[in-house]
Amino acid sequence: MNIASSSAPAPGASQAGIDTAGLSEKVSIRDLEFFYGDSRALKGIDLSLYANKTTAFIGPSGCGKSTLLRVLNRMYDLYPGQRATGEVMFDGENLLDSSVDINLLRARIGMVFQKPTPFPMSIHENVAFGIRLYEKLPRAEIDARVEHALRRAALWDEVKDKLGASGLGLSGGQQQRLCIARTVAVKPEVILFDEPCSALDPISTAKIEELIDELKQDYTIVIVTHNMQQAARVSDFTAFMYLGELIEFDVTEKIFTAPTDKRTQAYITGRFG
Amino acid sequence: MATGRVNALYARRRLRNTMAQGFAYAATAFGLGWLVLILAVLLFHGFGGLSLAVVTQNTPPPGSEGGLLNAIVGSIAMTALAVAIGTPIGILAGTYMAEYGRHGKLATIVRFINDILLSAPSIVIGLFIYEVMVAPMGHFSGYAGAVALAVIVIPVVVRTTEDMLRLVPDTLREAAASIGLPRSHMIVRIAYRAARAGIVTGILLAIARISGETAPLLFTALNNQFFTVDMNAPMPSLPVVIFQFALSPYEEWQRLAWTGALLITITVLALSIFARSLTARRT
Repeated sequence: MNIASSSAPAPGASQAGIDTAGLSEKVSIRDLEFFYGDSRALKGIDLSLYANKTTAFIGPSGCGKSTLLRVLNRMYDLYPGQRATGEVMFDGENLLDSSVDINLLRARIGMVFQKPTPFPMSIHENVAFGIRLYEKLPRAEIDARVEHALRRAALWDEVKDKLGASGLGLSGGQQQRLCIARTVAVKPEVILFDEPCSALDPISTAKIEELIDELKQDYTIVIVTHNMQQAARVSDFTAFMYLGELIEFDVTEKIFTAPTDKRTQAYITGRFG
Repeated sequence: MATGRVNALYARRRLRNTMAQGFAYAATAFGLGWLVLILAVLLFHGFGGLSLAVVTQNTPPPGSEGGLLNAIVGSIAMTALAVAIGTPIGILAGTYMAEYGRHGKLATIVRFINDILLSAPSIVIGLFIYEVMVAPMGHFSGYAGAVALAVIVIPVVVRTTEDMLRLVPDTLREAAASIGLPRSHMIVRIAYRAARAGIVTGILLAIARISGETAPLLFTALNNQFFTVDMNAPMPSLPVVIFQFALSPYEEWQRLAWTGALLITITVLALSIFARSLTARRT
């Protein structure tokens, strides 16, 4: 039925090599298919995301890695004609079920985008906004939470004297860290990063990468990246995708040093993509 | 030889460029010239009539001095009510088209009808309101005038609201959704905020548009020589008073018509400049 994947390992087999001892599964994706209208963008994805680990999705443009990421917080729901089938288990619940409260889901699975997207309001408000959505707190407590989130995003020292200034006035790298603070403030369990550094300079990129490394102590991290060095630097596990299929999923070191699939090897050595 | 040919080509191209530039400047000067001329004539005839009496006295009977107080108050009252009616409807409809119905057929139909309404002759709107309000009520009224003006306000506000909301990038909508913000909150707290300057500009431009409208008021509010704030009665307005006074044979009335015209022009100009400055500050 699936001619293109005839050379790919059977579902699940690609991750058979991972020693799962000491790992707890946070999200488990089974037989996931995704459609943009009639065209199938994801084909039978099986994948586990482990708690307090960073998983990177890599692959050439159009391979479906961003699509897969956007399934995890059901961002695709904003657009008609996009749908997913299969199973994405998160805390014992299939988050693809229409009964799932999508806003609560998104509060638990946060997302940081390719381009920084601060809201048109002050730095303080950008962070406090999300907190107030779910909690009614006295002002002092909000302020404390905002400070904590901004510290967590390594931005506090740069903005503590201008919390009332517009978030749009910050540099690109600062804006991206503000978006991370905004996401962290809502107390998610999983944070999705969709090419978070592709619009940033190298110094800002290094800061964000450092941050991702720290954040995984408290959160499960998933990052989509075009940059293979970045995947190698920040992630514990790497999933290589190609033409809507998951080709190989393994410990990052293994993917980059001894991939089992020829296509993975071709990609990481720069022969396509 | 080769260079000679290139030079001839180049010279011709330069001549064409100079001519095109000349035409462009001439066309600009021609267009702007009329505007300057209108302003100059208005100032020449109207400025002399500006005095405290204009805003403290009502329109006079023929042959005596007076002001435009009742007309100014009538214009403000009807404009305010028209904006109060038209703005919420316009913003809500524009929001539907830009946010909820973006991919739907209904929005396409509404947009098409709105565009027709946008360019509908205002006298048709006046006649329409005459039929549905003035005739059943049995008398002209400020309410009818305000509703006629509101019908002009709505398509302008719908259009600008939709356009401005469409300028708000989808990534911002996704970002709002990504922290669990329901769609209605996203629209009110994020999209409106991002598009605020543009939407306010649309409202200001709508006010500018209706403050000079005469035709829809002739059939609805008619006119009134006396001061009134009763919107259930015929109501005076600056444009209609100008129309009446400018056509009259009385010199005092004609002078007041010029002054009224100047007042309207200054108001519209000020509103436009203010609207411009709002959008300019944003970018």
